Amino acid sequence: MSDTKTIDWSKLRADFPILHQQVHGKPLVYFDNAATSQKPRAVIDALVHYYEHDNANVHRGIHELSNRATNAFEAARTRTAKFINAKSADEIIFTRGTTESINLVAATWGAKHLKAGDVILLTELEHHSNLVPWQMLAAKTGAKLAYVPVTGDDGVLDLSQLDALLTPAVKIFSMVHISNSMGTVNPVAEMCARAKKLGIVTLVDGAQSAGHLPVDVQTIGCDFFAFSGHKICGPTGIGVLYGRTEVLATMPPYQGGGEMILSVGYQKSDFKPAPHRFEAGTPDISGPIGLHAAMDYLDAIGRANIWRHDQELANYAAEQLGSLKNIRIFGPKNNRAGLVSFLLKDVHAHDVVTLADQGGVALRGGHHCTQPLMHKLGVESTARASFYFYNTKAEVDTFIEVIKEIQKFFAA
Amino acid sequence: MFDDINDLYQQVILDHCKKPRNFHEMPACSCSAQGFNPLCGDNLKLFLTLDGDVIKDASFVGSGCCISKASASLLTENVKGKTKAEAEKMFELVREMVTTGQVTGDVAKLAVFAGVYKYPARVKCAILAWHALIGALKGEAAPVSTENEQT
Repeated sequence: MSDTKTIDWSKLRADFPILHQQVHGKPLVYFDNAATSQKPRAVIDALVHYYEHDNANVHRGIHELSNRATNAFEAARTRTAKFINAKSADEIIFTRGTTESINLVAATWGAKHLKAGDVILLTELEHHSNLVPWQMLAAKTGAKLAYVPVTGDDGVLDLSQLDALLTPAVKIFSMVHISNSMGTVNPVAEMCARAKKLGIVTLVDGAQSAGHLPVDVQTIGCDFFAFSGHKICGPTGIGVLYGRTEVLATMPPYQGGGEMILSVGYQKSDFKPAPHRFEAGTPDISGPIGLHAAMDYLDAIGRANIWRHDQELANYAAEQLGSLKNIRIFGPKNNRAGLVSFLLKDVHAHDVVTLADQGGVALRGGHHCTQPLMHKLGVESTARASFYFYNTKAEVDTFIEVIKEIQKFFAA
Repeated sequence: MFDDINDLYQQVILDHCKKPRNFHEMPACSCSAQGFNPLCGDNLKLFLTLDGDVIKDASFVGSGCCISKASASLLTENVKGKTKAEAEKMFELVREMVTTGQVTGDVAKLAVFAGVYKYPARVKCAILAWHALIGALKGEAAPVSTENEQT
């Protein structure tokens, strides 16, 4: 891994063709990284190379191209295991994204292990993708939902209540690692440890963390970890579910079809073990290959360095926004992840985003798929700036100038 | 910095968003309807008082973005004194204007919304109050939304 001092951040920026353009006559400032990240040339090239040289279906073929495609596909699985320090590549299941990863757990682990009266413990910070699958499972099984509360605008969980919430009825505790709307970094290792002592299965939603800080699933101690490729410089449509071998072994298949079977009869079939048991049909093959290139790219920079850079930009942005009048800033005072959510007094978030766009700055406005959290904080929406390693302090300055202009525009 | 955006945020729109007209409840109204776009949070309630076929009075309450509030405010001014049929005709004109930029009839002050069509993400904001109007005239009980359709 590289040292911070040796990283030429502006050189990395040159690796991203999309960043070098003007929007509405202004240089693009892309601050919507929590929604999706941009892709470096290395990832685009990996996809093009695959389709120009190696494209074939995986696992069943005997010919040369199929061997190459299969090798590249499975090499991506091994690379992913290394990326999050899983013990084995067999603990890595490819999905369409974080959402499908969580749905897979709800559909298979949930169907097998949950019954009426059991409790699914979540936090009030969760993204809809870590809420709705559990609500659907609860409706199906008669299980109940419980939540670790958020204290307020700082988006911090009140963990003093955790022990009281971890009742014997709790069977699974699913928690977000980094809040996409608040920028909170949850102490997931501690939260998982407290659940694990009581034999409760744990899932960590790593959509906002996997590409931003070093992730070690063994240190976290979770049973499941979910993330998406597109938020970490990889392609859209590819995601990952890590499952601890012992837990995966208890789970029935997800979807049925080719790839996931050992043998099929007219009445009955036998299924492969994990991970292929959970990957029916021809998978997204180019996705893992692009993801492999993305993981190589990120780890050449070093995720500890990326995290430092993210935090520097977010702290700087929060501080600059904090010096403005008539603004409400969300998120923790300490250890803020690389994003800032805010509201300007008397200006709706969508008006902020529309005007910022005219200034070349891509923000997001809305409830960020955390409607219950917005409701709890008494807001309909927020505007959000979210950063990645290719963003610069100068871009934050541009963003702050644009926000000042927006305030003037609506005050006039 | 925002020279190009004036076709969306015209002075009249800014004025009505900051100082919405007819911005109050109407307890004795003849009919009312809620317009709610849950994704963006625009949420307003429109009240009408009818005298036979004529809209005698209109008001609204709610919260939302500048475009949705200004649209509701200007709507209440515009439809007062119109018959139901005239109000429905105005809805059609406004809908065409905000989706295509074409103004094919007399829309009076509402012409300030002619630039909305260039901002596809904001069309739903401009048309929400108008869908609530139609909902109120038809006696719709459920809130209307403009998020899941081509307005």
